[in-house]
Amino acid sequence: MRRTLLFSLLFLFVLLGLSVIAALCIGEIRFTPAELWQLMREGSEEDVRFNILMQLRIPRIVLGFVAGGALSLSGVILQGIFRNPLVEPYTLGISGGASVGVTLAILLGWHTLHGGIALSLAGFLGALITILMVYSLGIRHGRVQIQTLLLTGVMISFISSSLMMLMMSVSKTENLHGIVFWIMGSLSDNNPSLIVLLAVATLLAFGLSYLHSPSLNAMRLGSERAMQLGVNTGRVIKLLFVLSSLLTGICVSIVGVIGFVGLIVPQLMRSLIGTDNRLLLPSAFLGGGIFLIVSDIVARTIISPNELPIGVITGIIGGTVFILVMGKRKKE
Amino acid sequence: MRDEIILSSLTCGYSPKHQTLHNISFRVTKGEFVAIIGPNGAGKTTLFRALTGMLPLQPGMLSIKDTDSTQLNPKERARRLAIVNQQVEGDQLSIEDYVLMGRLPYHASWQLFENQEDYTIAEECMKLTGIYEKRHKWMNRLSGGEQQLAAIARALAQQTDILLLDEPTSHLDISHQMRILNLVRWLNRERKLTVLLIIHDLNLASEFSHHLLMLKDGTIFTEGSPAEVITEANIRAVYDADVIVRQNPISGKPCIFPYSQETTR
Repeated sequence: MRRTLLFSLLFLFVLLGLSVIAALCIGEIRFTPAELWQLMREGSEEDVRFNILMQLRIPRIVLGFVAGGALSLSGVILQGIFRNPLVEPYTLGISGGASVGVTLAILLGWHTLHGGIALSLAGFLGALITILMVYSLGIRHGRVQIQTLLLTGVMISFISSSLMMLMMSVSKTENLHGIVFWIMGSLSDNNPSLIVLLAVATLLAFGLSYLHSPSLNAMRLGSERAMQLGVNTGRVIKLLFVLSSLLTGICVSIVGVIGFVGLIVPQLMRSLIGTDNRLLLPSAFLGGGIFLIVSDIVARTIISPNELPIGVITGIIGGTVFILVMGKRKKE
Repeated sequence: MRDEIILSSLTCGYSPKHQTLHNISFRVTKGEFVAIIGPNGAGKTTLFRALTGMLPLQPGMLSIKDTDSTQLNPKERARRLAIVNQQVEGDQLSIEDYVLMGRLPYHASWQLFENQEDYTIAEECMKLTGIYEKRHKWMNRLSGGEQQLAAIARALAQQTDILLLDEPTSHLDISHQMRILNLVRWLNRERKLTVLLIIHDLNLASEFSHHLLMLKDGTIFTEGSPAEVITEANIRAVYDADVIVRQNPISGKPCIFPYSQETTR
């Protein structure tokens, strides 16, 4: 068990290193690895190439890694507590709530205030309200009703997408572009302090949830069976639900809606290394980060000098890989 | 004799207005083999759920090994009482990983991996139940009988003094029924485990247990030794079924033979 963990982590770290180097080199201005090495060692502020590296590419890679890791981690956690591999962070209506918040903020003209921070704040408030609603509706008599939680989330997603359409249909054309672009998600336009915030939140959430990975394993037998094995199921579900939805909320409000990561990466990892959450949590975390870094390389180079929304890429790459892997497994 | 489980006027159910069990009181002493019988809807499953901590109870209703059930957290409960369910779940989990889960109640909250002692105990439990050779097989690839053996091994890995089984044999063939129950009896005799067995089959209940608890409509209809409980009059009163009771020629325990009204006409 521990050896498998070590090997898969080693493999993923190598992959992460390679994708980071690729993401540093590839772009509108390309570097060879040798040039990159030279720039890193002796670059200076006057060098345009050095500034591209430091101020554009590196923050983007960091944001891609933490956002991908956060979304994938939330996916694994939610799939674990709901015992359903098709649940993803957005199934619970969190992205819907955040989108409504951001749309409202754009309509009110807040996006001109304080850079992107006001938008992120509005998105996070929207997500937070959704989480509170899903959570309070999903808990009856002090017990977590898992099916109700799930259904409430799906219903809130529908309601918020209708609200979005309502607001978009009455909004001005110049606002429409901002809304649409935000919904599709992007790793650009980033504020360094928001990146740091997301990174800290993600690492904290990872540490806390990893401590609960044995409980998540036991919950694969069902929440009653897990309780018979000494797991305080109610408390674990509440804690992990709040943790993963807050994480998703922060993530969505910073990078927008980047779909499929929380669904595809955990599923892919499950078919590669198995279903033990002690392996799955760290692997999905790293895998999600790698997936988003690579998707971002594609998104910003495929129609260069223009950029595609990263959500388009995660959907296409992720969905295709997913179907291929599933098809291969069926044959076996 | 020490009391392992004490139920005193246990009254509970799924909502405060509709209590399923009324005033159930009994004691299970150490080393006993108690079978709980009764028709469908008599409250066997509710009693099981009350014992496993799935139903809210008032203080004083249930005590497990000298501690009131309301004072026990899930971990402490799992170190006192091991449970084997009717349906065994474990999808793509190997038998070994499944049995190792029985060690969970002994892990500190920061302990993520099993230690050598856990592996030793799990191995011993798998050998005892005869599934050690298959330890790498997935739970969902096993037959119903093998799944039950794995569940018993997992329960043994919890190293409790009390074993509670809910209809472990109800969908097994006669050879697996006997294998499971003989194993449970061996654990009761040799390992001094206190056994509570919820079971439908009256003949198996009579054959294996020391003490029978017969439930009807959420209360104890009668209790006692198999010879006291398994009588034609009791079966008619509780199950509304016509049976004759004879002694098993080998074990001397009462044994029922159902008959149809038509044959006597």
